[in-house]
Amino acid sequence: MNVPVREAKAAKRLAIVDCDIHPAFRKPADLYPFLSERWREHLTTFGEHWRQGLSGQLAYPRMQASGMRIDALPEDGTPAGSDLELMRRQHLDPNGVECGMLVSLSRGGMEERNLDFACALSRAVNDWQLEAWIMKEPRLRAGIVVPQEEAAFAASEIERRAGDPRFVQVIMSPRASDPIGHRRYWPIYQAAERANRPIGLHSAGYSGGHPSTGAGWPTYYIEEHYSFMTSLQDVMTTLVFEGVFERFPKLKVVLIEGGFTWVPSHCWRMDKHWERMRKEVPHLKRPPSEYVREHFWYTTQPVEEPEKPEHLADLIGWIGWDRLLFSTDYPHWDFDDPRFAFKIALDEQQKAKVFRDNAKSLYGLK
Amino acid sequence: MRVPIQGAIDCDLHPAPPSVEALLPYLDDYWREQFAQRHIDRLPFVLTSYPPSSPLSARPDWRPASGLPGGDLATLRRQALDPFGTRFAICNVLHGAIALFNEDMAAALCSAVNDWVAKELLDREPRLRASILVPAQNPELAAREIERVAKDRRFVQVLLLSMGDMLLGRRPMWPIYAAAEKHELAIGIHAGSTYRTAPTASGWPSYRVEDYIAYASAFENQVVSFLAEGVFAKFPKLKLVLIESGFTWLPTVLWHVSRDWRGARPEIPWIDRLPADILREHVRFTLQPVDAPAADQKALLRTLEHMGSDRLLLFSTDYPHWHFDGEDVLPEGLPEGLIRRLLVDNALETYPRLRGEAALGDNAPRKEAVP
Repeated sequence: MNVPVREAKAAKRLAIVDCDIHPAFRKPADLYPFLSERWREHLTTFGEHWRQGLSGQLAYPRMQASGMRIDALPEDGTPAGSDLELMRRQHLDPNGVECGMLVSLSRGGMEERNLDFACALSRAVNDWQLEAWIMKEPRLRAGIVVPQEEAAFAASEIERRAGDPRFVQVIMSPRASDPIGHRRYWPIYQAAERANRPIGLHSAGYSGGHPSTGAGWPTYYIEEHYSFMTSLQDVMTTLVFEGVFERFPKLKVVLIEGGFTWVPSHCWRMDKHWERMRKEVPHLKRPPSEYVREHFWYTTQPVEEPEKPEHLADLIGWIGWDRLLFSTDYPHWDFDDPRFAFKIALDEQQKAKVFRDNAKSLYGLK
Repeated sequence: MRVPIQGAIDCDLHPAPPSVEALLPYLDDYWREQFAQRHIDRLPFVLTSYPPSSPLSARPDWRPASGLPGGDLATLRRQALDPFGTRFAICNVLHGAIALFNEDMAAALCSAVNDWVAKELLDREPRLRASILVPAQNPELAAREIERVAKDRRFVQVLLLSMGDMLLGRRPMWPIYAAAEKHELAIGIHAGSTYRTAPTASGWPSYRVEDYIAYASAFENQVVSFLAEGVFAKFPKLKLVLIESGFTWLPTVLWHVSRDWRGARPEIPWIDRLPADILREHVRFTLQPVDAPAADQKALLRTLEHMGSDRLLLFSTDYPHWHFDGEDVLPEGLPEGLIRRLLVDNALETYPRLRGEAALGDNAPRKEAVP
C-alpha cells in the first residue's frame, strides 16, 4: 500500500534530476546486435582483457548482493538495473525523477587492454543505451562512453554523438593508464569542449593498472571504497596541474560518486603548496582552487553524515551550493533516497539547486 | 603567531642525514668492505621526495652557505630550538636506506644511522629526541632494530614512510607494531614515498608538487588501512603519529568510515565501536603544514571543530622544510586551550617516553645501562 501514497506525495514534491543511475544488461548477448561479427566472436572466445587477476568479477566483493539493492533484483533473475519497468516503478516514478543520467559502467571498453576492441565496445554501449533505454524512456539521458586510452577514437565518438541531445556528457575512467591530465588524453577534452559536454568521471572498481591508493592495494572493501575519494582527489590535481583548464577554458568536469566533503581541504592543500612550488608549474596562471571553483561539479551520493549534521553545511558553503548535483546511485546498495539523503534541512532555494537546477543548467536540460 | 610559552615539544625536526662516509664507523667490516668496493660510500642516499634544493625542502633563510640544510648542530639550535622555546624536539632523519631493495643493506644502514643519531645529535644536545629508522622493507629486521635501539629511551618513536611496499596496516607489518607497543614507542609515519608504485591511483604525475599534494591522500588511505585491518584492536596502546601529513582532511575520513562501517562492519567484525572514536583515540597529527586558507581564519577554526577533539595536534616546525616564515609557526586565532594542548600536553600523552622525563623536570638523557 506504500506505493500509491508515495506516488501521491511525489506529485507534490519537487521534480528531481538524478545524476547517477546505472543501467545493466539483461544478458551478455544484449550487446551482440551492436557489435560486428568479428568482435562478437572475439568477445565470446577471448572475453574482456583487464588489468586485474580476477576475470569477470570485482576484485573487492561488495557487502550485499554484488553491490545491489536486494529489492532492485528483478524476479526473473536478471541483473539489478536491467529492467526498465522496475526502474520506473521503483525509482523514477515514486521519487519524482524528471531526468536521470545513465552512467554505464559495464563493458564500455574503458578498462579493455585491446584498444580496437575497446573502441568497438564503447560504440556498441552507446548504441545500446539509446536503443534499450533512451528511446523507451524519455526521462533518461545517456553518457557518451569512450575508451580513454585511444584518445583519437574517443574524440571521434564524441563528435559522432555531439548532434544528439540525448547524450549529455562524456564518460571515461578516472583511473586510466596515466593521470588523465596528461596530454595523451587532451584530444578527448578538446572534443568535449567543442561539443559542449561535461566530462563525467565515475569512481569504479577497476584500475588502469595502478593500485587503488598511492601506498598500495587495500585489503578490504571498506578501504577500497574510501579510495574512490582519494583517486578523485588525484584526478582533480592532475587536471589542474597539467594545465588542462588553461588549454580548454570551457571544459566542465563532473566527479561522480566520489564524495565532496574532501574538496575544500584538497583545494587548501593545492593552493598552499602551489604557492611554494609555482616555479615548477609556470603554466598555471591562477591558484588551483580558482580552476576548481570554475570547472568542477560533484554528485552527492553518498552524502557524508557528520556526527554533528550542521557541519555538512560548512562544507557545502565552502564548495558552493551551485556545485552539487543530486544522485541516487540506483540500483546500487548504498542508494541515497532523496527524502533522507541530507541530514540537514535545506531551504527551498538550496533544495531546488541541488536536486534539480544545478544539473539542468550544467547539462542544458530543458 | 609565535609560540607564546616556553617548553614546547617539536614533534618533527629534520637534521640532515649523514653521508655514508660519516656512517662507516658505525658499520661492521663486511659492510665497510662492501661499501668501499662498490663505491656505495660515494652515493648520496637522498630520498626522491626531498631533493635538498627544492623550495619545500628548506626555507631560504634556513639554507646554509654550504652543506645540507639541517646539517650543522649549532645552526639547528639557533634556528630550530631557541626561537620556539623548545624543550624537546623529535628528530626524524630521513635517510635513503629506507628506499633500498636490498633489505640487509637497508638494515645495516638504518642501524648505523640510529647509532650516529645517538652519538652525534642526542649526546650533544639534551633537548633532542629521535625516531628509530627501520628497514620496513622487512618487518622482521625492522622489529629487530627496534629491540636493539629501544634500550635508549631518548628514542621515542619508530619512523615509517607514508608510501612504501604496502599499506601499513597490513598484517605483515605487525611485528613492527608489536615491538613498538612493547617498548612504549609511538609509530610515526612521515610523508614521502619509496615509489614502489605510482604515488596516485591513476599513475605517475608530471610534477613534484603533485606528488606532494598526493601524500595527503595516501595518509587518508593509511588511516583507513590501520583501522580496517584491526591494528588498534590488536595493539590497544599504540599511538600513530602522522608527520607532515596535513590534517584538514581528517573530518572526511571520520565521517566517511563511520558511515560506511554501518554497512560494511560484517567485513571487519573486530571493529566493534564507532570508527571515528577509535581514530580519535589512536591517531595524532603534527601541525605543519597547515593546509588551510591564510585569508580565511574561520575556515581552520571550523575544521578543528569538525575534527571533534583538541587532543589530535602535536606542535611541529618541520625544520628546515618551508611551511611558514619567520617565527610565526602557529596559525592565527587558535583558542588558548588548544595552544597549550598542542604545544605540550598532547605530545606528552602521545609519547610515554617523554612523559617519564617531563615528570622529572629536566632534559637529562636517560640511557639505560647496556650490559
